[in-house]
Amino acid sequence: MEKLEFEFPAKRTISQRARAGVVGSNDLEVLLEPLEGDHALVTVLTSVDGFRDQWSAVLERFFSTYDGATRIHINDAGATPGIVLLRLRQAVEVSET
Amino acid sequence: MSNFQGVDFVRRRSFIELDARARAKALLDEGSDRELLGPFERIESPWLAQQGVTPQSDDGCVVMKGMIDGAAAVVVALEGAFQGGSMGEVSGTKMVAALDLAAKDCESGKQMSAILLLETGGVRLQEANLGLAVVAEIFASVLRLRRHSPVITVIAGTVGCFGGMSLTAAASSYVVMTPEARLGLNGPEVIEQESGLEEFEASDRALVWAIHGGTQRYAMGLADVLVDDDVAQVSRTVRDCVGKGPRTEHRSEQVALYRERIAKLDASQQINPVSLRTAWAEATGGREQ
Repeated sequence: MEKLEFEFPAKRTISQRARAGVVGSNDLEVLLEPLEGDHALVTVLTSVDGFRDQWSAVLERFFSTYDGATRIHINDAGATPGIVLLRLRQAVEVSET
Repeated sequence: MSNFQGVDFVRRRSFIELDARARAKALLDEGSDRELLGPFERIESPWLAQQGVTPQSDDGCVVMKGMIDGAAAVVVALEGAFQGGSMGEVSGTKMVAALDLAAKDCESGKQMSAILLLETGGVRLQEANLGLAVVAEIFASVLRLRRHSPVITVIAGTVGCFGGMSLTAAASSYVVMTPEARLGLNGPEVIEQESGLEEFEASDRALVWAIHGGTQRYAMGLADVLVDDDVAQVSRTVRDCVGKGPRTEHRSEQVALYRERIAKLDASQQINPVSLRTAWAEATGGREQ
């Protein structure tokens, strides 16, 4: 069990919170909430230790196209990078509809 | 058992494929749903992280209040994909609180039905005695509420309903199942592990479903309605059950009937699912009680 924290710059506020996924094998849960200010805070709670670099790379890629000021919490049960990106984009889609 | 043919099967909207939140929402009148203690409240299990298991923000239990055909109802849906839908201290307490609030409403003259969407292996082993205790509380709360309002258990699958929570299903006013769902006290893997492969082969899916499956449970009178895996059918059936109101005599009160059935079974012959159905029907005149 490892808890990781990341921060990214953001340009715009968002109005709606959103949730996606499930804490099941090879999957994860994303909670996305509006945050005051010009940055995004990400916390990851993962059952698989030792993957900080991979998390950082995946989140960097996500925030290269997303600029919402958000607090994102991830409960991870061993999702692959592809699933992580998919769930993040799903949460964004829910928050923007 | 499916009523679906060809194109209807393709066009239907699967209930099983929905997650717990979407299932709960699908049963309530459109726009009437309001989630209590939702995921953003972050009421998580305090015990899982200590054991290296990632918790979920709603602890796998979704409580949603709303209307069913204009009548107040609360839906409690378990997420089978999170820890097998197991009942922990938090998820179980959410269910108890929902049932007790419904009972309080009923006792003060308001109507409040409860719909339990059970996809669960029973007690969450990581939470041990707290899980056992809460399952006992759920059972007591169902007994309290069912006198006033119907408590409707829906087991859609594919996790099914096992362990202590099968007792909650059995104590409900009405049980609705799909052929894909299973209901039993000990799950197939548990029986295999405890009594051996010769007793029960958990990997033999045909055997497991022939014994625990919705079709057999309906035929034995342990489920009241058998529905296809279709949102419209499940929703209509739940509405019908809400409309029927509380049951006058519950299945769990029919002690004499079940004693009689068991007494008439001939244990000298190997009983199989089909012969069991026939024997029970002969003993008491069919599945309708």
